[in-house]
Amino acid sequence: MVIKILGPGCSNCKKLEANAKEAVAKSGAKAKIVKVENIKDIMSYGVMRTPAIVINEKVKAFGKVCTVDEIIKFINEEK
Amino acid sequence: MFVPVQRFADFLVYNVFGLSEKSKLGSALNFFVFDTIKIFILLFMIIYAITFIRSFFPPEKTRKILAKNKGSVFIGHVLAALLGIVTPFCSCSAVPLFIGFVEAGVPLGVTFSYLIAAPMVNEVALGLLYGLFGIKIALIYVVSGEIIAIVSGIILGRLKLEKYVEGYVYEMNINTEIEIPNPTIKERLIDSWNFTKDLIKKIWLYVVIGIAIGGFMHGWIPNKALAPYMGKGNPFAVFIAVVVGVPLYSNAAGIIPLVSELTRAGVAMGTALSFMMAVTALSVPEMILLRRVLKPKLLAIFITIVGIGILFTGYLFNYIIA
Repeated sequence: MVIKILGPGCSNCKKLEANAKEAVAKSGAKAKIVKVENIKDIMSYGVMRTPAIVINEKVKAFGKVCTVDEIIKFINEEK
Repeated sequence: MFVPVQRFADFLVYNVFGLSEKSKLGSALNFFVFDTIKIFILLFMIIYAITFIRSFFPPEKTRKILAKNKGSVFIGHVLAALLGIVTPFCSCSAVPLFIGFVEAGVPLGVTFSYLIAAPMVNEVALGLLYGLFGIKIALIYVVSGEIIAIVSGIILGRLKLEKYVEGYVYEMNINTEIEIPNPTIKERLIDSWNFTKDLIKKIWLYVVIGIAIGGFMHGWIPNKALAPYMGKGNPFAVFIAVVVGVPLYSNAAGIIPLVSELTRAGVAMGTALSFMMAVTALSVPEMILLRRVLKPKLLAIFITIVGIGILFTGYLFNYIIA
């Protein structure tokens, strides 16, 4: 599973990345976390509000810092 | 509503700390305790309520509405400026929003109306102004901010500045058909709560510093002491306030406690508000972000027009409020 964190690198994006790492560790899922900082790549997903989280190329949420529990839910949906 | 808070502040400073009501330190500390509690109560209520309301107006919806309304440009500007109040964004989303709007076919001028209204008519500032100064000041603030956003957007649209937008903005192939999530009321309440907590965590230091400076002024600067310099009598005061405010960077929540103290010390209301708008709407970090999509010339025009708008608001306020 590939989890992408979309965001230019502001504090919210960093927080979402940290939450994603924690969610992966907690859920025990085999997942690779990738940061996408290039604006063109971010927008190719149609996202206008950052940070966003993309799992297996599906946009799961954008414009908010998802909590660890929310991310675990997303991971389970994509398993 | 805040009487118990004042009683608590009096009790803490005059009884527990044993400071005199007449002393400078006592008066400053009392102001600091009272204002800190009052402003944090207001901030919590306002941000929570507004975040919840805002969840019904995501920018993705705004973009759809604006792209559909291309026919009537004037209505487009008005809509964009109004939607700018309820759909503000964190400054790091300014670039993707700009690209997303332009790509969806929203005219450049209308996009600017939105981009100007969003930081200028700040919802937290609006709530705090209402809480601290009353409905009249809050209303003039919104109306003048909206007019600036509409008029500047129309002017920028007429100037045909498309060629000063960085070329890659038009070359992007983006997916504008993203699905907008539709959370339940409960999910919206939880999201709003999380957002409020995060935002307060991020801005509390600005707020406390703002109140501390205010408290210091309260104790040491007598009423109306600044009136001869920054009062209505000085026609350059608004201009100076804007020039001083632009390089400073703070959140609206941190600057408003200071605004109330500035007015007590004799700074004219309009002058103090232009200062606040300059600090919040024309920040250097946001300009650096916008530079990624706007060529220097367009960025300069943007700053100039918004700057003139803020000056106008300052003079208008000073003229209206006796």
